[in-house]
Order: sequence, then C-alpha cells, then structure tokens
Amino acid sequence: MRKFYTLLAREVRSYFYSPIAYVVLIFFLIVSGIDFYFQISFMNQRQVQYTVQEAFFNSVFFWFAFVLIFPLITMRLFAEEFKLGTIEPLTTVPVRDWQVVLSKFFGALVFYLILWIPTLLYFGIFLRLTNQPAAHSAGAYFGSYLMLFLLGMFYLSIGCLTSVLTRNQIIAAAISFCAITLLFFLGLVQFILLDVTSTTRELLGYFSAIEHMGTFSRGVIDTRPIVLYVSMTIVMLTLTYQAFQSRKWRL
Amino acid sequence: MIKVENLTKRYAGQPAIRDLNFEVSQGEIMGFLGPNGAGKTTTMRILAGFMPPTSGRATVAGFDVFEQSLQARAHLGYMPENVPLYSDMRVTEYLNYRAALKGVQHRRVAERVGDVEELCGLKEVKKKLIGTLSKGYRQRVGLADALLAEPDLLILDEPTIGLDPNQIRQVRELIKNLGKHHTILLSTHILPEVEMTCSRVIIIHKGRIEACDTPDNLLGKIRQAGGVVLEAKVGKDNGAEQLKKISGVRDVITDGEDEWKRFSLRVESGTDVREEVFRLAAERHWAVRELTQRRATLEDVFVELTHPDLV
Repeated sequence: MRKFYTLLAREVRSYFYSPIAYVVLIFFLIVSGIDFYFQISFMNQRQVQYTVQEAFFNSVFFWFAFVLIFPLITMRLFAEEFKLGTIEPLTTVPVRDWQVVLSKFFGALVFYLILWIPTLLYFGIFLRLTNQPAAHSAGAYFGSYLMLFLLGMFYLSIGCLTSVLTRNQIIAAAISFCAITLLFFLGLVQFILLDVTSTTRELLGYFSAIEHMGTFSRGVIDTRPIVLYVSMTIVMLTLTYQAFQSRKWRL
Repeated sequence: MIKVENLTKRYAGQPAIRDLNFEVSQGEIMGFLGPNGAGKTTTMRILAGFMPPTSGRATVAGFDVFEQSLQARAHLGYMPENVPLYSDMRVTEYLNYRAALKGVQHRRVAERVGDVEELCGLKEVKKKLIGTLSKGYRQRVGLADALLAEPDLLILDEPTIGLDPNQIRQVRELIKNLGKHHTILLSTHILPEVEMTCSRVIIIHKGRIEACDTPDNLLGKIRQAGGVVLEAKVGKDNGAEQLKKISGVRDVITDGEDEWKRFSLRVESGTDVREEVFRLAAERHWAVRELTQRRATLEDVFVELTHPDLV
C-alpha cells in the first residue's frame, strides 16, 4: 500500500509541477464563472422553473468546458512516460502493474476533484449576496456533485486507456476527446433524429449523460447511472491494465 | 547470481539475441561488450524484467525474471541506457520517491538517500531540478538510484556514455569499489574501461555470444597476439627481408616515406624477439629510434571477433 501511495503522491504532485495544472484550472474557472454569471443574469430577466444550481450544471456552455478537460488531464499519464522512457525505471522496480495503473487513474481523479472545489464557492457567495439558497435542497447539491464524480471517473478512465495506447500525447488527447464528446452528446441524438423509433430513443436516453445530470441535479439519486458509470470505469481500467502489461506478452 | 539459458528475443520476427547462455557468479564484475545493435540493451532489459524473452529463461538470484518478476526485481538495481528521469523533480525528492518504490524501510530512507548522494557526488546538486542537471550529473543520479536499495546485483547499461574523461575515471573508480560488495553486469563501448574494471567479459555480436572469458585469456586467444615495432634508418638494406629471417617473426609490414622506416613485426605468440632485432640492427649499423613491444588490447579482440575484415 505504501508503494501505491508513493506513486499516487507523485502523480498528483506532477500535475502541479507542470503548467498544465494551472492552465486547466484557470481555463476551467473562467468558463464555469462566466457560465454561472450568465445563468443568473438570464434568470434575472425572466421567470424560470428551475434553480440556479440546476441551471449551472445543465448549460451547454458548461458541457463544452466539461468534455474538454478530460483529454487535458489524462493525455500525459502514460504517453509521456513512454515518450521519455521513464516507464523503464518505473517498471523495473518491484511495483505491480495494477499499482501503476490505479495510481495514475486516482491521481487524475484527485486533480479533477480539486478542479471542482472553487465551484462550491459560487453557491456560497450566491447565498450570502442574495440570502436565498441556489438549490431546493442539500440533496440537489449532493446529486450534482455525485454525478460529476461518476462522469469524471468514467471519462478519466477512457483518457487512461487512450494514453496507454500511444506514446504521443496529442494522439491520446484527440482519441479521448472524440470518444468522450460522442458519448456525452449521445443524449442529444434523440432531439436530432426525430424519425427514429421511440425504443431507440429510450435506449439512448439510458446512456445520456445530459439526462443523467438533469435527474441528479434535481436531487433524484437514480441507481442505474451509478451502476453504469462504476462498471464502465472498471471495464476501462481493466482494458488499460491489459494494454499496459501487454509489453510482457510473449510474441 | 545471473543465469541465462537459451535466451532468445525477436522483434517482429527479427532476432535481436539468439540462444544466449551465460552465468555471472556472486561478486563478479562482468563486462558486456558489443557493437551497436548487438543485443546488449535487449539482454539487460530482459534481465531487469522490463520485457520478456521470446524463449529461453533467465534467473536473477534464483528467481525467474519473467515468472517471479517481482522477487527478481527486488534483488537488482538497474540503470537503463540514457537514464530516463523525471525532469520536474529535485534530486533528493526523486531518490526518496525511488527508495519508497523499492521498498526501502521508511526510517532508513533518509539515511540511504544521504549515503548514495555522498557516494555518487550528488551532495552539491541535491536540491536542484533534475531537468537542469548536466549529462554527467544525470548519469550519477541514475547510478545513485540503482544503488538505493543495496541490491545484490547491479545492471548498468552504458554507465559512462556521454561523460567527459574525468567523469569517466570517477565512475570507473566508483564501479570498481562497488564491485567489492555487489555483483555487476555492465555494458560499454569503452574498451580500456573493461580491461581495468571487469573480471570477465562477454563479447556479443549480432545477438550471439562470440566470446566469454577473462580479459587476459581473451588477449591470449587472438591471432594478433601483439608484435614489435621498430623504427630505424636502414640505409640501402632491405630491412623487411632481414627482419623476416629472425625466428619467430611471421610477417613484417613497412611504412615510412623518408629514410626513417617503421617496421611492424607480427610474431608468434609467447615469443619476444626484441633482443634479436637489436642484435641485427647493431650488426647492420642501423640507427634506431624506437623499439617497442606492442601488447594486444581488448580493442584488437573486439575488432577481430566482430569485424574480421578490418584485421
């Protein structure tokens, strides 16, 4: 376990050693801050049926920023080590391959969670200034952040997989960006393809992250997406592990 | 300490090493020689557990490097070629990190890191970013890393490449001292280094072992077992003809445009013809300005084994 923590600590720290962390943090704060501002000014102008918190987590503006951060966080995980050759000293010390894979995944997850911390402030500031809560209930906050955590887990695991497949960070980022964007916006297909059968639409709805977010940000904790994202993360990490240790296949 | 049996590795069908068999016993310093692309790095990577062999097996400290990789890796310190390091870490920080990964006990980490920094001359750069270090220091960080967990076996892939002559000398001394407590397998291009440090040498060429012996025995084996060089003013004499008459001289090559001629004598191994040459020169009144015996070097062995056309 000590080896795992050592690896994890190095992963998390390495984000802050490189400019990537600060660029992503600032970029993300700007976009989410503007999103928050726009949502509130929009709601100031007309009567709406939803809360500030729901609006914040369900805007198009927010989604674009959201899908973009995953490739940025994950592209370097394995690709950089392959490129620099540091994978060689890393895999010739007595650590297990799953320790390496999990430490990289959880390192990315920790950084991802750090990204979200400032957004908690938004709701606090809103409460202070307006003396009204941004959401109906604590459950709504919990639901939104739980969904962010689940989606983050899944998309980061996709990023891990694409990074382990190549030594080129750009390729890793491009592939994971495509995969994550397609998955995330799958839910929009039901609005675009009007002539598809209702069964297809319903089926796509099950996989729609946008729909899941809508449900969870109202404070409704549905177990189906939880199972979906946790199991898909496990599948992706298993594939990552297999790809990582494929260098040991006797060909 | 190392036992290699029928080790073969193919990359996409192309054999990199073929049927290697050798052993390194406890306390030996084994030199691994070969031209570029001979399979040195491949062999070392397999031994370090970085990749598996295509067939055959290798054991380190009794553990199969593939089947019991974790135990085998726990017994060795490996310094890869070109020493890849995390350039965003500081030297001490990096060594602490590596010590933890290698399972050095928590309370001993600081002591071990201090020791290897001392040993490898890293004290003055221990707070610097690795990315800002010179090649020589990076090389030493790699060596310090290999030594951290006090492994029984050190595998060093070209530890002196890219160093200046002073640094090479320092590293060579360091390796010699390490040889007192560790078994070492090191690869290099620098032949005098091997002659000075290694107790045994493997010469590998095109993926096969061409020779495996002590440096002295290797020198004894080759055809060109040294010779004698004579530089003299021979006047109208045909120096080469006269010199060939001396028993033990097999062949004479003459160089030199002006009146000073340089004769390289190939002699049968184990004979010293310098006295005869001196007598001949005195008899014929040749003016002599050089008469030396040339010892064969490992370089001759190396060239003869790996590139016979050049001999």
